[in-house]
Amino acid sequence: MSFWQYSSPQYFYPLAKKMAIVFFVLASILTVWGLYIGFFVAPTDFQQGDSYRIIFIHVPAAWMSMLIYLIMSFWAAVGLIMNTRLSSMLAQALAPTGALMTFIALWTGAFWGRPTWGAWWVWDARLTSELILLFLYIGYMALRASIEDPRRADRASAILALVGVVNVPIIYFSVKWWNTLHQGASVSFTKSSSMATSMLTGMLVMALAFWMYSIAVSLVRVRRIIRDREANAGWLTESSGVT
Amino acid sequence: MHSAFLSLLRKELLLAFRQKTDVVTVLFFFLIVSSLFPLAVGPELSTLKIIGPGVIWVGALLCSLLALHRVFESDFNDGSLEHLVLSGEPLTILVIAKVLAHWLVTGLPVVIVAPLIGLQFGLSQASLVLLLGTLFLGTPVLSLIGAIGAALTLGVRGGAALTSILILPFYVPILIFGAGAVVADLQGLSIDGHLSVLLAMLCVSIALAPLAIASAIKIALE
Amino acid sequence: MQWGSVSEFFAMGGYGLYVWGSYLVTGLCILIELLTLKKK
Repeated sequence: MSFWQYSSPQYFYPLAKKMAIVFFVLASILTVWGLYIGFFVAPTDFQQGDSYRIIFIHVPAAWMSMLIYLIMSFWAAVGLIMNTRLSSMLAQALAPTGALMTFIALWTGAFWGRPTWGAWWVWDARLTSELILLFLYIGYMALRASIEDPRRADRASAILALVGVVNVPIIYFSVKWWNTLHQGASVSFTKSSSMATSMLTGMLVMALAFWMYSIAVSLVRVRRIIRDREANAGWLTESSGVT
Repeated sequence: MHSAFLSLLRKELLLAFRQKTDVVTVLFFFLIVSSLFPLAVGPELSTLKIIGPGVIWVGALLCSLLALHRVFESDFNDGSLEHLVLSGEPLTILVIAKVLAHWLVTGLPVVIVAPLIGLQFGLSQASLVLLLGTLFLGTPVLSLIGAIGAALTLGVRGGAALTSILILPFYVPILIFGAGAVVADLQGLSIDGHLSVLLAMLCVSIALAPLAIASAIKIALE
Repeated sequence: MQWGSVSEFFAMGGYGLYVWGSYLVTGLCILIELLTLKKK
């Protein structure tokens, strides 16, 4: 058996469970560590006081909202082009978590904006495009829910996801292209960071924690989707060999 | 291929001409919706001048949504869409013909009528010209992207509301740059950026939207 | 440790509403997500 056997729902199903357990454990450890740094190591900020500690959720959630959309679109495209069911199921599994991350980013952003900018919401480029991202996720899920045939739903929603993928670079580069209220990039691969080290470390650990969590949750969800959609398959109803 | 495009365009325009009520209804919707705002906000001209470009643009957007069901639905229901797909002509070309006909019949009238409504809002001549220009660039994009939504939801329950929530996120950038250009001009700011982005959106959507629409139609017909 | 007392920790320098409003809602969202996955 080669690696490619895992593109079949039947073989991926038990692997997903094992992977999910690993990722949940990683997520838990990283979350505890990240929150420890965030609350007990990182000092109070000179300008923002302790309100900045929202960053340990806000930035990881925002990063995940964009990353998940890209990954979701990738699997949707693979499913569309190669006609593989599991790829489309993965895209289907990723969407709710992506939407949740977007919501968390918007909510925590508002709660951070209120004390820092004086406003719960401003219509600047980054916030507006992140809000649009939430609508894109919801549109994707709504379209899927409205189409009864799962294969047609796979293909139609894939096209929708791909049309919307252009929004992600807009969110990312919006702070560079427009004069916006939202802070510019303080983390870059090319320049040194403008944040204190402990703050940066805490944020990165939490970002990793959110990533591990998203993977774990999506794997559990794809298992449920496999159970729903492959319900008539023999391998699911057999009592042996299924974990 | 060229003749297929032209004959399809001609057929669509002929059908629309025979059923003028569809077109006229959309236009009246535009007029009425635009009139709602002065009635709600009050006739203070200074206020109307500020909200005018935005209101007219949103009106044009809503008209585009309203008219979308015309693009493919009736052809899907009576089977002629399937004939188009099976005809052997490149589907993307046929799609452009259908969307062009749709825009000529529902988008262009809105563009032409918009300056008249702009007068109701007390906009200056320069603003009216700019409004005309941005709508002229923007409404084809609305038709093209709207057609993607219409094609994706062919025969799907949920109808107009579903199509609307699918496409409105994509309409937002067009609205921001279209209405934003007129507003920025009122404030004396440069509008080169706005117009460039609008034109870029038009070019990109003419190039790519037909591909998405054709794929969506094929998916719907399976 | 940088917090003088437990009450200081909860106050977050006056920003308690915003910090804990964010963390609690996030925790709630994650809990809801996990619960909806448990059900099936």
